[in-house]
Amino acid sequence: MVLRNPRREVEMPGPLTVSALLERLDVNPESVLVIQGDTLVTRDARLSDSDVVEIRPVTSGGAA
Amino acid sequence: MKCRVCREPAVLDIRRHNAAFCRDHFLKHCGQQVRRAIKDHDMIGAGDRVVVAVSGGKDSLALWDLLLGLGYAPDGLHLGLGIGEYSDASGHAARAFAHERGLKLHEVDLADDFGYDIPSAAAATHRAPCGACGLSKRHLFNAVAVEHGYDVVATGHNLDDEAAVLLGNVLRWETGFLGRQHPVLPASSGFARKVKPLYRLGERETAAYCLLRGIDYQVEECPMAEGNRHLGYKEVLNALEDRSPGAKAAFVFGFVDRAHDHFTDDAGAEREGLQACLVCGSPTTSDVCAFCRLQERVGSRAGQSR
Repeated sequence: MVLRNPRREVEMPGPLTVSALLERLDVNPESVLVIQGDTLVTRDARLSDSDVVEIRPVTSGGAA
Repeated sequence: MKCRVCREPAVLDIRRHNAAFCRDHFLKHCGQQVRRAIKDHDMIGAGDRVVVAVSGGKDSLALWDLLLGLGYAPDGLHLGLGIGEYSDASGHAARAFAHERGLKLHEVDLADDFGYDIPSAAAATHRAPCGACGLSKRHLFNAVAVEHGYDVVATGHNLDDEAAVLLGNVLRWETGFLGRQHPVLPASSGFARKVKPLYRLGERETAAYCLLRGIDYQVEECPMAEGNRHLGYKEVLNALEDRSPGAKAAFVFGFVDRAHDHFTDDAGAEREGLQACLVCGSPTTSDVCAFCRLQERVGSRAGQSR
């Protein structure tokens, strides 16, 4: 599993849902997209041990 | 989850709408939200020339793409900030988007054209870099628009940006800023109209839009924004949204519909007494505008250190 900003990789045992994954990582679902392989998935999607998942933050910091 | 419209598998859930969408219906949803924003606030009139402020991030590229999809023909304007690899990658994303679609992209580079970049401005002013960055963007987006005869400057401010700025303005009761915080700032002498067509879309939606449209955007966060106040407000608002879906939209849309007008006099008072900057001619309440003062200050510091 790849987490971005800062980029890091973690192993997480499956199966589990996207919601459970984010809760375990203490990530607010409002602040990220979850990409399973190359597909965007909703929070009820089920992830298995072998899935490669990217958790991509969507929060930008500029306030111009 | 199933798409609310067609019952096919969904790719994105939006809790404030209590809905999920498949790819095609999500993209349609984005177009509808932008079309509604433009219509509700008369953002773009027939024959208006529009320029989009394009950073290379998800919001500005989604905005450019959405406006094109709705039948507008905006040009782009990219500002090189000089923040190392981050700016290089951002500029590359903006140029690639324009090149692939045969679009016109104006480019202004702070270092080449004005002799400073954001890191040097932050060092010279001993202030957070986001202050110098915001000042430079506001000034130059308007100046370039006026110089090239654009009627409208469109920026990629999304619902999350507006909620965070609103929270900051309310916490300090910045009544002048509250009077100017609106999806449209009308044109006036020396100022092009400024519009925010994405204010009805959250940043999960603009990022998902780019991903689903195959738009290659700058994913990395600005290294100079790390830990800034704006990000702190967004974190608080997202915690609230997670507990109470729709909170951010209610906050922003309620302000726009029912509260903003209470503050317009405060903003109007600040626009009275504007005169031309003695250096660049832009409208300002001082003899010399804030942008020229910043440029002078960074230049003086560079001169002292040589």
